[in-house]
Amino acid sequence: MIARRVVPMAIAIVAGLVMAVSYFVRSIEWMGEAAADVFNVIAAIAFVLGAGSLLKANLSAISRRDRGWGYAAVTLAAFLITLVVGMAKIGVNPSPDAPQAAWSGSQQTAGTPFGWIYEFILSPLTATMFALLAFYVASAAFRAFRAKNTAAVLLLVTAFVVLLGRTYAGVVLTDWMPAWASGLRLENLSSYVMAVFGTAGNRAIMIGIALGVAATGLRILLGLDRSWLGGGGSA
Amino acid sequence: MHEERIALAAWMLGIALATIIFVMRSRRGKPPVIRRIAALEAVDDAVGRATEMGRPVLFVPGIMDMDDIQTVAGVTMLGRVARTAAEYDAVVQVPTSRSLVMEAARDAVQAACLTAGRPEAYQADRIHYVSDEQFAYVAHVTGAMIRERPAACFLMGSFYGESLILAETGNSVGAIQIAGTGESSQLPFFVAACDYTLIGEEFFVASAGGPAGLGAVAGCREDLRDDVHRGGHGAGHGGRALARAGVALRVA
Repeated sequence: MIARRVVPMAIAIVAGLVMAVSYFVRSIEWMGEAAADVFNVIAAIAFVLGAGSLLKANLSAISRRDRGWGYAAVTLAAFLITLVVGMAKIGVNPSPDAPQAAWSGSQQTAGTPFGWIYEFILSPLTATMFALLAFYVASAAFRAFRAKNTAAVLLLVTAFVVLLGRTYAGVVLTDWMPAWASGLRLENLSSYVMAVFGTAGNRAIMIGIALGVAATGLRILLGLDRSWLGGGGSA
Repeated sequence: MHEERIALAAWMLGIALATIIFVMRSRRGKPPVIRRIAALEAVDDAVGRATEMGRPVLFVPGIMDMDDIQTVAGVTMLGRVARTAAEYDAVVQVPTSRSLVMEAARDAVQAACLTAGRPEAYQADRIHYVSDEQFAYVAHVTGAMIRERPAACFLMGSFYGESLILAETGNSVGAIQIAGTGESSQLPFFVAACDYTLIGEEFFVASAGGPAGLGAVAGCREDLRDDVHRGGHGAGHGGRALARAGVALRVA
């Protein structure tokens, strides 16, 4: 009980207070930075746990012939190949600073097999996934902008004005308006909606989020929230 | 001392004091009144639906590490969902994008199963690490959604460009979706694609749970000023550090 709950919580509270205070007191800023460094080191070590979990989950899926087990095989192969190529520095030339040391070069240098995997496999795959977002935006917008009631109609009209105002079509459509009515031009209307209504709503949400972050931080700081210790939530 | 931060420190102390006062009041039997949040009430329905349909519940705790306070709130919510799932005998799948989050999630689910009186319901393999890479993680989660067709999806934590991809995929498989995040730029996507959304502070209130936690929420609410925004940043800074140190220690 003490080793599992009390000691971690005590260390967490002390570390948290140190980080909070170091934000305000210049002379102990180094303590906060040291705590952050410790986290980064332990997170890097913990990656081994993640790798173990990845191997176990995918090997289990393959051995059970789960639905989509082929994807698990591809994942495992990609993981192992990248790991070996990266750690063994396959195809990496020695660094000019230490040409006698075979492993002195960086595997992140352009033209190495590891760099090739990054540039020609990972980057295109990531870009493909990100590009799918455009289609998801279209389908979500189609559902969100259905004029089902008054509020939905208002949303639809506002979105229409903002979208048009952000394109050259909006400028062309309302360019004929006289100077005294320039505020009604679509590009100006769009800017007004974004600057006044959009900013007001966004700030309200941001203040709410900040309060929520403060409350959650203090709950942990005061030891009221032990959920991160597997303690089953608040006291 | 950073002289320019003295006002911020004063605000932080004020918030902390208000928090302590409201926590004490809550413990004396005067909990603050929190308006009903539809998304919270829908948790039981969503898990119940998954049980009836014999399909799993998918919980995505965001893509950030335990040094993000939203991830801590997400893991807290996971405990609540896992407890309900254990009571209903539903399966909860938790793919994570960080090793430390996986460890924290396992602890939270294990504790939830124990609390529900069903320790045998805990299976560590259902909470597994996928990848730190944002879109590799998204590819795995959306693929799992398509293949396993979860009846309920919970998207709670810190999300960025992947939020709409996850929410729309969940929508396409007909899952009940409950989302919560503090990323204001992702909220419109969740509102558009999910059945229920915990917007901003609602997400943190939802993770508060017991009376002391709600007292902490009320304490912050009493000090509502623009400066609170910056004060919240400072408190979050401390909270993040606490979570970091605690979880890191557990893993070590």
